[in-house]
Amino acid sequence: MQQFLTTALTGLTLGMVYAAFALALVLIWRSTRIVNFAQAPMAMITTYVALVVIDAGYSYWIGFAVALVAGLVLGAVVERVVVRPVEGKSEINAVILTLGLFIVIHALAAVIFGSRYRSFPAPFGLRGFQVGDLNLAITGFGIFTIVAVLVVMALLVALFRLTDLGLMMRASAFNAEVARLLGVKVGRMLTLGWALAALVGSLAGLLIAGGSLVHPSYMDSVVVYGFVAAVLGGLDSPAGAVVGGLLLGVSLSFVSGYVGSELVALAALVILMLVLLLRPGGLFSHAAERRV
Amino acid sequence: MRRWTRKLTLVTGVVTAGALVAACGAGSSREASGGEAGGASDVGITEDTVTIGAHFPLTGVAAPGYSEIPTGMKAYFDYVNAQGGVDGRKIEFVVRDDGYNPTNTSQVTNELVLKDEIFAMVGGLGTPTHAGVVDFLNSEKVPDLFVSSGSIQWGDEPDVKPYTFGWQPDYESEGKIIGQYVAENMPDAKVGLFLQDDDLGRDSEKGVRQFIDDQIVAVERYTSGNTDVAPQIAGLQAKGADLVLSFNTPSYTALSQLVAMKLNYQPQWFYANIGSDPTLVGSLLSKFSEGAVDGASPLDGVLTTEYIAGVDSTEDPWVKLWQKVWDEHGENGELTNYRIYGMAKAYAFVQALMAAGPDPTRDGIVEAVEQWDPATPGPELAPFRFTADSHMGIAGMQVVELKGGAGEPLTPVLTTDIGDAPIEEDTSGQADDAPPASGIPEVEPVG
Amino acid sequence: MPALPARLSRVSESTLLRHLVLALAGMVVIVLVLESTSAFRNGQLTAMAYLGIAAGGLTVLTGLNGQLSLGHGAFMAIGAYTTALFLQDTEPALPVVGVLVVATLVTLLVGAVVGVAAARLHGPYLAGATLALAVAVPGIAVYFTDTLGGEQGLNVLLPEIPDWFADAVFFLTANDMTTTRYVAYIGWIALVLTFVLLANLSRSRVGRTWRAVRDDEVAAEIAGINLARARVLAFVVSTACAGLAGGVMALAVRITAPSGFMLTLSLTLLTAVVLGGLGSLLGALIGAALLTFLPQVATGFGADLGLSDVQSAELAPLAYGLVMMLVILLAPAGIVGSVRGWWARRGTSA
Repeated sequence: MQQFLTTALTGLTLGMVYAAFALALVLIWRSTRIVNFAQAPMAMITTYVALVVIDAGYSYWIGFAVALVAGLVLGAVVERVVVRPVEGKSEINAVILTLGLFIVIHALAAVIFGSRYRSFPAPFGLRGFQVGDLNLAITGFGIFTIVAVLVVMALLVALFRLTDLGLMMRASAFNAEVARLLGVKVGRMLTLGWALAALVGSLAGLLIAGGSLVHPSYMDSVVVYGFVAAVLGGLDSPAGAVVGGLLLGVSLSFVSGYVGSELVALAALVILMLVLLLRPGGLFSHAAERRV
Repeated sequence: MRRWTRKLTLVTGVVTAGALVAACGAGSSREASGGEAGGASDVGITEDTVTIGAHFPLTGVAAPGYSEIPTGMKAYFDYVNAQGGVDGRKIEFVVRDDGYNPTNTSQVTNELVLKDEIFAMVGGLGTPTHAGVVDFLNSEKVPDLFVSSGSIQWGDEPDVKPYTFGWQPDYESEGKIIGQYVAENMPDAKVGLFLQDDDLGRDSEKGVRQFIDDQIVAVERYTSGNTDVAPQIAGLQAKGADLVLSFNTPSYTALSQLVAMKLNYQPQWFYANIGSDPTLVGSLLSKFSEGAVDGASPLDGVLTTEYIAGVDSTEDPWVKLWQKVWDEHGENGELTNYRIYGMAKAYAFVQALMAAGPDPTRDGIVEAVEQWDPATPGPELAPFRFTADSHMGIAGMQVVELKGGAGEPLTPVLTTDIGDAPIEEDTSGQADDAPPASGIPEVEPVG
Repeated sequence: MPALPARLSRVSESTLLRHLVLALAGMVVIVLVLESTSAFRNGQLTAMAYLGIAAGGLTVLTGLNGQLSLGHGAFMAIGAYTTALFLQDTEPALPVVGVLVVATLVTLLVGAVVGVAAARLHGPYLAGATLALAVAVPGIAVYFTDTLGGEQGLNVLLPEIPDWFADAVFFLTANDMTTTRYVAYIGWIALVLTFVLLANLSRSRVGRTWRAVRDDEVAAEIAGINLARARVLAFVVSTACAGLAGGVMALAVRITAPSGFMLTLSLTLLTAVVLGGLGSLLGALIGAALLTFLPQVATGFGADLGLSDVQSAELAPLAYGLVMMLVILLAPAGIVGSVRGWWARRGTSA
């Protein structure tokens, strides 16, 4: 019982982080039909920015805010400078480009920050709660993780559903030509989409790092899990990404706890292939005819 | 394009024909002029230098801590060089980064042996990494001294690996000493094992089980590189283990402590020597808020083992020497236990080089190490086991409890060996010796 | 109309001939280079050979068929582990060549299974799935510790150099054979064979089918091409190359461990292919050469700049990544494609 509970709760927190990461992928996919494989190192480097700020003596929250802003800026710059030339062109070139960015940011982080393990602080307690004899493997920081991701998801839904800006972003993503005819500055909307995505990605990075150790590769596996989570949810739907992230987090936690931690990535691969081959539109699609 | 390749084809065709004709000129029977390989036994030695090398993880998962070892070795070699070197030869130490990746180790070892032409490999680090090059080193007859790993495979088959020697106490002997301590002092403990999934975990489990097989209630293994150990620690907790024997690297000591905190799991922890460096683990854990893990000495009360005096034993004569060496020749940064480990190893190499005589050869230094006099003073607490039949390193260690970053002995120095060799109290006095005033070993050539 | 097949076959015959002559010339150059360089360089050249074989396979898949695989490191792992499992004794059940053939076949079978699934995916989906494959496969080796050696991997015991081979090389060069050089020969012979096969394949009907599928699926389908079959075949050929490359790698490195097949390896292969130019075998070889020899140069350069060892070690990937992005942005044809384009333009203007 105890182990089951612990495994489930650990998976829940982890799932929330995957959800945030998947959300970032979905945002970019919606705006530019590109899967950003460089999302993980982008989030990693903004986490290092936070670490530099915190090490300089500022509070955790200032580091947190600086990292999110850094993510926002980085996302916008990447879209403008790197991705713009291949948008709407060869899919392969876009993928290769983001992988090139993956390698560059990775190496850059190692050159600037070194590649040793460093601990990253957390603003809330890291000790689990205890109810009677049961230990709840959920910490103050874990609750913060869950709340933060839910809030971000709600904000994004509100942005897209309730504001004009959100409407323009959706229009640009849906049909750039028509949107442009209607006076929407499509280019700006795409930049904004990337910027927001990178911000959410940075949040995921900060949430994984909190109360743990960081090094330049600490996000690498998350790019795979985030992608799987996003595909589970259909790659198009923010809510789907969150549900996909949670499902994946909990499943992988059980694989790790009851089968073997070395098979976690394999389990993710199996889940991914099952979804892609059986329900290519994601778990929640009504029809499975969309080609992947 | 096509015309271009046609031209190229023609040109290369002509060149090929010419080359073949020229090449055949060499044709004759191979045995006739096949040269002997001899005369290469003093590679890496000149009149005034000895070039040695090693592979270490300077980047990647294993770099924290371990990357400091070569800096300690270098500092000690510089100290010796500053006093004229060994028999007038300066020691040049080439360090290459393998990132703790066996594929890279193979490449950098090629580079060390074939390009840098080292006389010997000294202190190459890591079980999975070094295991990949040990055959190559032995087939090239390169002395492979004092591997930085406690796997028993460096020393238990000297006939198969005649050039390879261990240095630190092997994991199996450590497991035995820990197992016996638990059996004698905590007979009612429900023991959980937290093991790295390689020789470190396997060899030590074998040793531990000799003594407390029936006390073990849970065994969990983690894969190096996977930083989420929550499921493993939860497994130990679920089985009700109240004493956890952990055989892991330092990063994983920090991770296991963090996860245990998250799970409200408070067993008695017993970390093997390799993962118990209080300074490194403390620095990894220091940042976590609200004093949940106290930055000062997060490992207080944890049991571990020791086979050389650590940086906090400031009164130890050897530590005084290391401090002096580091102050004079060290790079930036403090003296750490990893640097001491490196210096102690460098000290042993200087001893071996002296023992090999004024004109050392590769085979000569191997013979010299095999004839090691166990009474030679050295920083190690227990004597070396080197003979022609065993290339195992230091024979034993003591169990200590960490208090304020330093170990307080709970047992005398205990010595043993692999297999069912008994565990005995060390009477050699090795733990009480001191370095010569010069700080440079005084060893007579053997033979 | 009946004249057409005949003409085609004549062209392909002459293509084969041309490739064979080039291959022979290549072999001579290889012998000369291997015999005149140090053992250390021999080792590096072996690395270049196995990277080149894998990159050659990948460039055919991506450049000719338009499928992007980030999982070729995983296929190299399969080839390498198969090789290692056969070479556990000093007297293996098969000679080295046989072992490499088996390694290639085993990888080919796995590649067929993956390829069937992959044929249904495109673009980013295929990239993501193969990325997951690259990350997942090393874990399998760790899980089956007893057979596959776990984290520590399997040591590879090289069998004795066959006398006839040593004699033959000695006859040509008057040099004694060393193990390093022996493996270098194996690697380069494998590379030449692979490239001849790939070059012919890409010039054959099959290759044209692949290009047709890459350029326009609908048109290809209307022309009667079975899309799925073409995709699976391209994938299988490509993974077989990766398997062979893995086998050579196992011989060269003499250990097969999970840490050698991390994501970095797959990305490295992709880098080689992009740098050289998608679809060009010569480009794949140039890419492999850059990956083998540049790190040393970059590390030395970093040391001159006063960077630490660790920092200079990262300069090489930094440079690759940047060049890779620049290639895609400025010269999507890669090195070979760009040079050819420049040559062609020069030719027309002259």
